[in-house]
Amino acid sequence: MVSSIVESVTAALAAYPGAQVREVRLRVGALAAVVEDSLQFCYEIATEDTPLAGSKLVVHVLPVIAHCEPCGRDVTLASLQSFRCPLCGQPVSELRQGRELEIDSVEIEENP
Amino acid sequence: MTTRIVELRQGILKKNDELARALRLRFSKAGVLVLNLVSSPGTGKTAFLEFTLRELRARGARVAALVGDLETDNDARRLAASGAPVRQINTHGICHLDAEMVEKHLDAWNDVSLSGLDYLFIENVGNLVCPSSYDLGERIRVALLSVTEGEDKPLKYPTLFNSADAAVLTKIDIAAPCGFDRDLALKNIHEIRPGIRIFETSAKTGAGMDAWLAYLVAQRGSAS
Repeated sequence: MVSSIVESVTAALAAYPGAQVREVRLRVGALAAVVEDSLQFCYEIATEDTPLAGSKLVVHVLPVIAHCEPCGRDVTLASLQSFRCPLCGQPVSELRQGRELEIDSVEIEENP
Repeated sequence: MTTRIVELRQGILKKNDELARALRLRFSKAGVLVLNLVSSPGTGKTAFLEFTLRELRARGARVAALVGDLETDNDARRLAASGAPVRQINTHGICHLDAEMVEKHLDAWNDVSLSGLDYLFIENVGNLVCPSSYDLGERIRVALLSVTEGEDKPLKYPTLFNSADAAVLTKIDIAAPCGFDRDLALKNIHEIRPGIRIFETSAKTGAGMDAWLAYLVAQRGSAS
């Protein structure tokens, strides 16, 4: 997983020769199978000797949002242990957000 | 020195997702129903699959299985006893299967062609975390849970149970000595995945397997 982050960022950096990577920002849904600590640990190892070495990995966790049919609106789940609408208590099965696993952006420093 | 933010907005598992999409299309064109079986180590995926392969074959269905394992080919050998073609995928330490492994093994599997199959089962590596992120192109993801594991497992691993299309309780023949609280387990599964179809089975006694087999036949009938 981390190696594909390195791959994608390295490919994107091709357009900015000589740039230094400061930060890699991820958007990770609360339902994505990601443990942040292990991700950080792997990141440090996997970025060694790559253009990403020494950069910071910032993980922005997105809450799970589901559509509640009876309420007719999207609701944010209060916990991952219950897929029920926090407003009416009915089960929800249509997820709108929560499984994301993406690289949002990269902060780089360029030498003019 | 100037700081710049480069927007990427790119899926980390984009490559896997694209491969899985291509596989799904391939499976559907070939008319084969593909299932991805996921559970902890020791839930009894292999015994459950042995029974399933044997019974489907006895009913005249053409079945095959891909079996993911960290190191050994023990499971593949057990499954091959059913008479169905079985191929081992050794991940060598990787804790899940991905679409690339599935594609590679399908392409190298000379004695099996997808269009000659009714069902293809993919037994994932025993793990309740990582397999949930990796789409293998399957049409049905099955989460298995044994009565020895504790009724709260679905609550502990919502990521996996929420992504499943069907759930299977295994080893129900030993539910009583284990003090297994059936109602609580069913409730917990439904709490994470409302409305999911649950099969209560024993590969040892055959209990509940008829309903499971009927489900497979119905799903295959509604294919593509």
